[in-house]
Amino acid sequence: MIKPKKTLRQRNIKDRFMVSLLVLSTIIVMTPLLIIIAYVVINGVSALNWDFFTQELGSPARAMQGKPTGLIHTMIGTAVVDFLALIIAIPVGVGAGIMLSEYPDNKLNPLLRIINDTLNGMPAILKGLLAFALIVKPMGTFSGLSGGFALAFVMIPIIARSTESALMSIPWSIREAGLAIGLPRWRVVLSTVMPAARTGLVTGFLIAFARAVGEAAPLMFTSFGNNYLPNRWIGMLLGPVDTLPQRLYSLAISPYKEWHAMGWAAGIVLLFFVMALFIMARLLTRKKVYY
Amino acid sequence: MQSVREDHKARDIIKKPLPIIYRWLGDKIFLIVVFILGLSIIFLAFSMAWVLYDEGSLAIKEFGVIGFLKGSVWDPGVRLVFGALPFLFGTMVTSVVAIAIAFFPAIAIAIFIAEYAPKWISNIIENLVHLIAAIPSVVVGIWGIFVFAPWMRETLYVPAFNWVSNYHPSFLPLLGNPMGYGMTTATIILALMIIPYTTALAKDAISQVPKEQREAAWALGATRWEVIRMAVLPYARGGILAGAMLSFGRAIGETMAVAMLIGNKNTFPFSIIGPAATMPSVIINEFREAVENIHLSSLMAIGLALFVISLLVNLIAAYITRKFSITGGQVV
Repeated sequence: MIKPKKTLRQRNIKDRFMVSLLVLSTIIVMTPLLIIIAYVVINGVSALNWDFFTQELGSPARAMQGKPTGLIHTMIGTAVVDFLALIIAIPVGVGAGIMLSEYPDNKLNPLLRIINDTLNGMPAILKGLLAFALIVKPMGTFSGLSGGFALAFVMIPIIARSTESALMSIPWSIREAGLAIGLPRWRVVLSTVMPAARTGLVTGFLIAFARAVGEAAPLMFTSFGNNYLPNRWIGMLLGPVDTLPQRLYSLAISPYKEWHAMGWAAGIVLLFFVMALFIMARLLTRKKVYY
Repeated sequence: MQSVREDHKARDIIKKPLPIIYRWLGDKIFLIVVFILGLSIIFLAFSMAWVLYDEGSLAIKEFGVIGFLKGSVWDPGVRLVFGALPFLFGTMVTSVVAIAIAFFPAIAIAIFIAEYAPKWISNIIENLVHLIAAIPSVVVGIWGIFVFAPWMRETLYVPAFNWVSNYHPSFLPLLGNPMGYGMTTATIILALMIIPYTTALAKDAISQVPKEQREAAWALGATRWEVIRMAVLPYARGGILAGAMLSFGRAIGETMAVAMLIGNKNTFPFSIIGPAATMPSVIINEFREAVENIHLSSLMAIGLALFVISLLVNLIAAYITRKFSITGGQVV
């Protein structure tokens, strides 16, 4: 492939040229991405204030008259919906991950693996439509519960895949040691393999959680959004609930200047949470990351 | 202390062997539980397909599969006629152009951090890439709405519009309305959003190339670029292509940022900088307000089309990974 006509000098020049091209394109691409973060941080921090964390949103008039408004109901709603999703997703995802890694020659596995990957690649909005049809329609109302399920559908394939790889990274000798002292297979999995893999498992949960926290599309027609705190706590599950990404979208496309500023504030809070979760996951392990 | 306790436990277990029922039944139950949990993922995927088909069947019956996909009129207000062509077209144009813009820069970053950069720089950039890939799409969207779209309008669209209207007025319909929100804006943002993702996947593919492969090329006296060209890229091509395919799938399904920036115009044909719509954006915009059954059903049918396209893209990516990479292994 190296043509003899070229001298070493020419080849070295081409090498330098390619390096500078690579550096240049890296800089050109990374700059706008960093600019996005900078804008969100600068605009967001200047829009943050105490009311933002303590007040309800209320009607647009409330913001236009300069009365205190905030997104306390949104943050509570986000926490409720996201943790609900995590509680739903962990058993299913971990179970499927155990299936994939501990029973490698089961006939279900090739199909399960390809379907899990496909489900992971499916647009989140379709998971919202699924939750709408399965839960919102029979219940007859938008609800935090359906939002939790929609986000769980986002998390499940990620958790399944990360659990599989976390368990696979545990050497077989550990399992053999367990089997050798007479433990049944299920005890081997639950009391030796899973504790040994716990860092990897937790990392997977964090990644899945970080991914789901930022998703707005599945929540638009499941948890729907709400300008006020529900009257009773059960309203969080059975009635429409506000969540941060979905509220951010509504604020950004609203015609009110005050709400735009609040949108930036919601943006920095959301960005902060996602980044914190993500950095935590990166610090826990230097392993590959599954989106 | 710990070890003594462990020993004690182990001796206990050995002393009285576990009842056969505990071992046999426990294993059976565990396998069944795990099997059902795995099965529920498969069930989830199939129920997604079935639900979308079931809910969309009204529209499919009304307009026919071909008629629905080819119909270029989307009128939820008066005539209640629904055709998916504007959205199919919008999704395809934005994602194909976005991946075309994103592909080479992403590969360049991946090569740079995997092969050229010193360890510490490559660590910083790689972590940054992963971090940026995790930015929620609404956050990118709010930047697009308030900063990027007005900026594009002032610096690019309005001058272009003025120039075209002065010199080539006949091209005005093709160029479109310079309102800032439109196809070009959405496509650029989309490209920016998938670059980190493509980069991460390409970097993984390149990192999987074994050291011997590079050393062989070095031994032939190749320069650094020639090593990459001869030894690394051919080896990693399967993974890189599959990664690009997955990024394409992500661009197709990208919802919030596009819905915020594309301007949401449901008519056909499109203009270059004018507003348009994609399949996810129309679902997001109209689903909450849809009252007519046929409207709701048409949106579900668009969801079904989106499902089929994503399915194809994902299966092709899986196929590429298996067939074209020399290792035949998995990428991410």
